Amino acid sequence: MTRLLTLFRGLLVTAAVLLAASLVIFLLIDAAPGDPAEIMLGTSAQADTLAALRHELGLDLPLFSRYLSWLGGVFVGDFGQSYTYGVAVGELIGDRLTVTLPLTVMATALAVAVSLPLGVVAAARPGRAEDNLASLFAQIGIAVPNFWIGLLLIVTFSLNLKWFPPGGFPGWEAGFNAALGSLILPSIALALPQAAVLTRVTRAAVIEVTNEDFVRTARAKGLTKRRALWRHTVPNALLPVVTMLGLQIPFLISGAVLVENVFNLPGIGSLAYQALSQRDLIVVQNVVLLFVAIVLVVNAGTDALYARLDPRLRARK
Amino acid sequence: MDADPRFTLSTGLLMTKFSDLFKGSCLAVLLASAVPVWAQDSNSIIFVQPVEPQGLDPTVSSPVAAGQVTWQNVFEGLVAIDRDGRVVPQLAKSWTISDDGLTYSFDLRDDVEFQNGVHFDATTAKFTLDRILSEASTNGQKANYTAISDVKAVGVTTLVLTLSDRNADLLYWLGYPAAVMVEPSTVDSNGTDPVGTGPFKVTEWRKGDRVLMSAWDGYWGDAPAIASLTARFINDPQAQAAALKAGQVDIAGNLNAPELFDQFTDDPAYTAVVGAGEMEVIAGMNNARPPFDDQRVRQALMMAVDRPSLVAAVSSGYGTAIGSHFSPASPFYQDLTEEFSYNPEKAKALLAEAGYPNGFSFDFKVPNRSYAQRSAEILQAFFAQIGVTANIQSSDFPAAWIQDVFKDTNYDMTIIGHSEPLDIGIYARDPYYFNYDSSDFRAKMDKVATATSEAEREAGYRQAQEVLAQDLPALFLFSYPKLGVWKAGIEGVWENGPVPANDMTDVHWVK
Repeated sequence: MTRLLTLFRGLLVTAAVLLAASLVIFLLIDAAPGDPAEIMLGTSAQADTLAALRHELGLDLPLFSRYLSWLGGVFVGDFGQSYTYGVAVGELIGDRLTVTLPLTVMATALAVAVSLPLGVVAAARPGRAEDNLASLFAQIGIAVPNFWIGLLLIVTFSLNLKWFPPGGFPGWEAGFNAALGSLILPSIALALPQAAVLTRVTRAAVIEVTNEDFVRTARAKGLTKRRALWRHTVPNALLPVVTMLGLQIPFLISGAVLVENVFNLPGIGSLAYQALSQRDLIVVQNVVLLFVAIVLVVNAGTDALYARLDPRLRARK
Repeated sequence: MDADPRFTLSTGLLMTKFSDLFKGSCLAVLLASAVPVWAQDSNSIIFVQPVEPQGLDPTVSSPVAAGQVTWQNVFEGLVAIDRDGRVVPQLAKSWTISDDGLTYSFDLRDDVEFQNGVHFDATTAKFTLDRILSEASTNGQKANYTAISDVKAVGVTTLVLTLSDRNADLLYWLGYPAAVMVEPSTVDSNGTDPVGTGPFKVTEWRKGDRVLMSAWDGYWGDAPAIASLTARFINDPQAQAAALKAGQVDIAGNLNAPELFDQFTDDPAYTAVVGAGEMEVIAGMNNARPPFDDQRVRQALMMAVDRPSLVAAVSSGYGTAIGSHFSPASPFYQDLTEEFSYNPEKAKALLAEAGYPNGFSFDFKVPNRSYAQRSAEILQAFFAQIGVTANIQSSDFPAAWIQDVFKDTNYDMTIIGHSEPLDIGIYARDPYYFNYDSSDFRAKMDKVATATSEAEREAGYRQAQEVLAQDLPALFLFSYPKLGVWKAGIEGVWENGPVPANDMTDVHWVK
C-alpha cells in the first residue's frame, strides 16, 4: 500500500513539474521576438495576408486561451499542428524519434562500454600508463566539443576512408545496415564527451571505494586484488556513475541538437533547431516539453536504479 | 548563397558562427584529398538545396523554398519563366493584351490533366487566381497580383483577366512559383501531398531530409529523361560540398560555399559553372534617422567602400560589385559601380561638408549569417578609414532581425541579401525598412508599371536604378553568383538563376 502511495505521489509530483514547465516554456517562447506568421510569409507579404495567416494559425487568440488549448490538446494526445509543415506535431516528433532514439541509445551504450572498463582499469593502477592514457582521453573528450569531433570523423572516415556516409539518413526502409551505418559516426561524436566524463567519475569512485574498510577486509580475507576489485569495489562504486549518467541526459539531448545538425540527420535535435529558427512555436513547445519529460523519466529511472544498487536505500523504504 | 524560403530578401544559409569557424577551415583543407567514387544511376537525379520548404505548395506562405522543389518539376503556371528569365507559354498557349493594357486574354491548352486525373481548364485557372486574391489568401506574393480586378472563365479554354491599373510586370509574376495552377479539391493537401500538372509527381516527403519525386506518365508535354528526382536538404555549405564529393548528391544548383568551389572547378569529375545569380547584398540604412537622412552621408559611406576587395574577401572573389539594386542576372541591369566608387579622401570631404568632420558612430545590426557577418567586419574597417565607427551587433536571423530591423525599423544600418527578381519596387514602398521616401523614384516605378512597350518598361527600370545609385538608400555592395556544381555527364541544369528554382525538367545524363 505504501509503495502504491509513493508511486502515486511520485506521479503527482511529475505531473506538477510538467505543468509548471509547460507554462514556463509557453511564456518564454511567446516572449521571444519574432512572429511565426511574419517569418512564414516573408517580407513581401501585405498586412491583410498576414492577418489571414495569423487567424488561420490561431495566433490572433489571446495568450491564455492559446496556452489552454495547447495544454488541453496535450492531455488527449493532440499536440497541435506544426505551423510550418502543416502536419500534426505528434507525427512529426514520432518520425524524428526513429532517428534520435537509436542515436542516443547507441551513444549512451558506447559511452558506458568505453568509460566503465577504462575508468576501472585506470583506478586499479593509478599513476601508471593505463591511468595516464585514460586521463588523456578524458581531458580530450571533455575539452573538444562534439560537433568538432563530428567534423573530424566525417573528414577521416567518410571523405578519406569512405567507410561511412558523410551525413544524412537514408531512412530505416533503406535497410537496417544502411540506416545503422549512418548513425555510427554521429553516435561516436555524441558518445565521446559522455565517455570522457564517465571515465573520470568511474575512476574517482573506484579509487574512493578501494580505500574503504570493507575492501581491505575482503583483501585480508585472501581475495586477490582483481577479485576484490570486481566483486566488492566496482559494484559499490557504481552509484556515483549512475548518478552522473542520469545527469548527463540533458547534455546528451543538447549534444544531439548539435550532432544532428553536423551530420544532417533528421532527428529531434535538428527539428528543434529548425523549428526555433523558423519560430514554429508549437513544435518548439512540444519538443521542449518532451525534453523535460525525458529528463523527469530518466531521473525517476535513476532513482529506481539506486535502490537496486544500494541495499541501504531499499531497506529504508 | 541561396534564397531563404521565407524571405524574398535574404539568403538561406542557416549557418551559424561555429560552423563557419571550424568547418570552413578544416573541411576546406581536407576535402581536397577526397577522391569521388560513386555508382551512377542514369535514371535518377538527386539535387541539393539548403533550406527545406515549410510546405510543398508555392501558392501559400513564401514561395521560394517550396518553389525550389516543386516549381516546374511538379507545378506549372499559365506561363513560365525560362532559364534566361523570359516569360514563355506553358498552360496558356498564347495570350493577347488589350491596347489599354487592362485586359489579358489567355488561350489555354486543352490537353492538360492534373496528377489526380482532373482536367485543367479555364475554371481551374480562375479558381487559382481568385484564391490568391481572396480575403483569406495566405499567399505571400499576393501584392504582385492585386492589379487584377476580375477573373473570367470564358468557355473551357479562354481566361480573361481585367486589371484595375496597367501593370507591365503582371505577366512575369504569373510565371512565378506563387501563381502555379492548382486543382480545387487538393488545395488543403498540396502542402504535404502536392498535385500539379508537371512532369514529376511527389511520392514521399521525408521531413527534415528529402522529397522523392518520380516521372508521371500522364504529363501533357515531353516526358522527362529521368525517372526519379530527389531533392535533398542540406543546410550547411560544407556538408553540401562533402555530399557532392562523396557522391551522395548529383547536383548543387547553387553551392553555398564559395571558398570550396575551386576544388570542383579543378576536378574533371564535376562540371562547375559560375552563373549569374539574383541575390544582391546591400547595407540598408534607416533613411529617417540622422545622420543617414542626409544623402551626402550615405554617399560618403559608399565611397568609403572598395567593393572589389569586399567581394574578394567575403566570397573568394565570386561575385560582382553592384552600383544599384539590380544584379547582372537581370535583363534590365545597368552597371553603375562608377558612381561613388572607392575614394576615401572624397568621402571624408563630403562627410565634413555634411557636418561630420570627425565622423560619427552608429549601430550596425547584422544578421547571424556568414556572408553578412564577414561583409560587416570588412565594412567596419572601411568606415574606420573615414572616421566612422560601426558598432556591430549580431541579430538572430530571421526571427529577431525581422522584428527589430524589418518591422520596427529600429536600426541605423543593417546588411542583407535580396534575392527576389525584379524587386526594385521595394524602394517605392511605404513603409519598408529603409524608410526611404522619394517621389522621384516612385515616378520612375509608375513609369515601369504603366509602360506600353517593352522598351519603355526597360527604360523605366534603368532610370529607377540610376535614381537609387545617386540617392543610395542602401549601400549597394555586390551580387552573388550562382555557383553550380554537378557530376560530369549531367546536362540540362540551369546555369543562371533568374528565378530561385531547381527546374530539373531538362536534366539528363549523357549516354
